[in-house]
Amino acid sequence: MNQYFCKITSNRFITKNTFILECECPDLVNIIKPGQFCNIKVSDNLVPLLRRPFSISDVQNKNISFMISLHGKGTEILASKKEGEYLDILGPLGNGFDYTSNDFSKAIIIAGGIGIAPFPYLIKKLKVLNISFECYLGFRNNTEIINEGITKYSVATDDGSFGVNGNIIDLLKKELVYNSGYKLFACGPTPMLKAVQKFAADNNYNCEISTESAMACGFGICQGCPIESTHQDDHFMLVCKDGPVFNSRDVKL
Amino acid sequence: MINPIALSVNIGNLELRNPILLASGTVGYGYEIAKFLDFSKVGGIITKSLSLKPRKGNKPQRIVETTAGMLNAIGLANVGVEEFILSKIPFLETLDTKIICNIAASSIDEYAECVRMLNDQKVIAAFEINISCPNVKDGGLIFGNDLSSVTKITSKLRAVTNKPLIIKLSPNVSNISDFARAAKENGADAVSAINTLVGAAFDIKTKKPKLANITGGLSGPAIKPIAIAKIFEISRKVDIPIIGIGGISNCDDLIEFLIAGASAIQLGTINFVNPFSANIILDDLNKYCIQNKINKITDLTASYKL
Repeated sequence: MNQYFCKITSNRFITKNTFILECECPDLVNIIKPGQFCNIKVSDNLVPLLRRPFSISDVQNKNISFMISLHGKGTEILASKKEGEYLDILGPLGNGFDYTSNDFSKAIIIAGGIGIAPFPYLIKKLKVLNISFECYLGFRNNTEIINEGITKYSVATDDGSFGVNGNIIDLLKKELVYNSGYKLFACGPTPMLKAVQKFAADNNYNCEISTESAMACGFGICQGCPIESTHQDDHFMLVCKDGPVFNSRDVKL
Repeated sequence: MINPIALSVNIGNLELRNPILLASGTVGYGYEIAKFLDFSKVGGIITKSLSLKPRKGNKPQRIVETTAGMLNAIGLANVGVEEFILSKIPFLETLDTKIICNIAASSIDEYAECVRMLNDQKVIAAFEINISCPNVKDGGLIFGNDLSSVTKITSKLRAVTNKPLIIKLSPNVSNISDFARAAKENGADAVSAINTLVGAAFDIKTKKPKLANITGGLSGPAIKPIAIAKIFEISRKVDIPIIGIGGISNCDDLIEFLIAGASAIQLGTINFVNPFSANIILDDLNKYCIQNKINKITDLTASYKL
């Protein structure tokens, strides 16, 4: 973990509300793992004061990229950044996905909305390791679909405007052919993660979920991002340090 | 040959190589921030508030950003004194800086017991007593708002330890100098001011409080003028060293705190944003002193001109 000042190489919208911010960071590309995140200072001003945490979305040559959804002032400022400007980044933070353990036959990637963010990089790594995968994506409607860097995917929309009409669990129940050797990797809003957690438990899948939390520091000192453990009742784990990726058996959402 | 600038300050018997301390709750137990900092350039760190038994802390959401600040309601999550001695002290012993141990408790006896258990630890250079945590129901702030409690806690702890005793004062009172005086008269070596201010925030869509605890402690640059006013008040009315805290994020802020009456300062919220700030601010402080021909940093304390 270190601080980097990274030159922005491109910043472009891929849907009405989602953009990809790419910057040059040769030191990070060799060490960062899929599912890890960076904490970005969006401006030099006192407002917004705190850094904003974003998963690494992809790594290409010397560049890293973040896939970001407009959410408030911080993300608006990031969306307005121009090529050639610099980003103040702390990273890499958090643990990342455990995809190298050789204990599964196929990676099942499950993403809801902007929860797709960490997966282009994971897919890239899976391809290098020759691990097969398939993706299940859920969005509110057809205008919000994000498929940047994603292959082998099926889609569900809440309003049925594209793909399966329903949520991500409806999609999985309809299209995922059961195999106990598969491992699930999920990221998305907490209600979706809860549903995936239950789906994984009901079907006895090994499942990792990438969680989200408000946080101030991103590296374990502010104690601002507690998450309840299923094993220990006397203390919380921290999303930033112990996560953001957890085995779905290990956390109470 | 230019004489080296004297940056060291004394807080009672506590000698600090420079006036920059890192506030409790913003450096964990040292380990988490160690990778960012050269501790040989830090005056000291104040460890996360310890209670006798471990505390789980509040449920999420614990943190919310506000304009130029943040609210936190961590709820004193900590490992407890025994575990601290076992697993945190060995690392703290490796750090080249002064370690000040912050204690929070639910009763006067608990404060005394914590200090008693920790008093033999050589690495602990001083105790800072948190009588003003706004985020737990069973302690902290209720003491910080009650003059007789401050009197009792300070005198009781003075009898338990010879180490420097710093009482961390609440800003959520009308006359903070009364509390500083109570601390002084009962044997405290210094006061630190200010702890966070009680604040709250609501979501305008859901109409729900943003923090699970509803209220939290406001910190960051937003509270700096309040801290300055409180420190100035103590400085004018009570003769006790003041460690200034409250939204310091750069060297200019530090200087302003010294002018208002502080002998040393603590960096808090800024450590979350830029964990290496202490080192940067020290470099800037050196430059400031050279430019302004200041030979002794202590000359700045309470150097206000009215």
